[in-house]
Amino acid sequence: MADQSATPAWRISVDLPSERGASRRVTDDLLEQLGLHGWSPSDIFAIHLAAEEAIVNAIVHGNRLDPRRTVHVECEISADKARIEVTDEGEGFDPGAVPDCTQDDRLECPSGRGVMLMRSFMTRIEYNAKGNAVLLEKVRHPAEG
Amino acid sequence: MATHRRIDVSKTNDVTVVKFVDKKILDEAGIQELGAELFSLVEQDNRRSILLNFENVDFLSSAALGKLITLDRKVKQAQGRLKMSNIRPEILEVFQVTKLNKVFDIRAEEAEALSAF
Repeated sequence: MADQSATPAWRISVDLPSERGASRRVTDDLLEQLGLHGWSPSDIFAIHLAAEEAIVNAIVHGNRLDPRRTVHVECEISADKARIEVTDEGEGFDPGAVPDCTQDDRLECPSGRGVMLMRSFMTRIEYNAKGNAVLLEKVRHPAEG
Repeated sequence: MATHRRIDVSKTNDVTVVKFVDKKILDEAGIQELGAELFSLVEQDNRRSILLNFENVDFLSSAALGKLITLDRKVKQAQGRLKMSNIRPEILEVFQVTKLNKVFDIRAEEAEALSAF
């Protein structure tokens, strides 16, 4: 029997301009589809947060808001998994070098929490070797009751 | 007093109670405007006891956290007090994961927060 969870129920592929607010062009559809496919509010929140952080990072830090650059976003929703891939056209970075924002001396820094939030709220996150593409996966929580 | 677009401001006893107009606090322009309005409460209106009530907020991004951190710093520098309340569980988890629950004074409900001033 074929693995039904491997067949995406919904998929989107889009190139976003490197401008603030562009994430909505993907996240609005993504959130609507997650709702239509019965994902829980807490899972939807987590996916929204991670997608937002990843796309904003790509636009602001990866592409440096360069209007000549785009951010490629692919999203898939299957029965038990949501997958988001975000790729920018920047030089990449080392996600391992991001300072720990929970250390006492960085706790009150106004920025630098995006990667940490993605790791905390998604089941898996993986950067490519260059650091200009990130894969986010969320395994669906089983329904309660 | 300035006109606000991103916040609703009221007063209970001597505490300034702030509620948020936007259910989702995530777009850059909106966050900048929100930050300016919050800071003006301290810097222009001289409010010293401020409660942020998040009952209307469904989502906030890490950029919004930055504004809250800056607001907290401004309030402390002015020898004031800042508290937060009515934060939905998912957003509370954001504060816990980032350990900002150690920085901010977070209460479950507005009444509890008001009595703690």
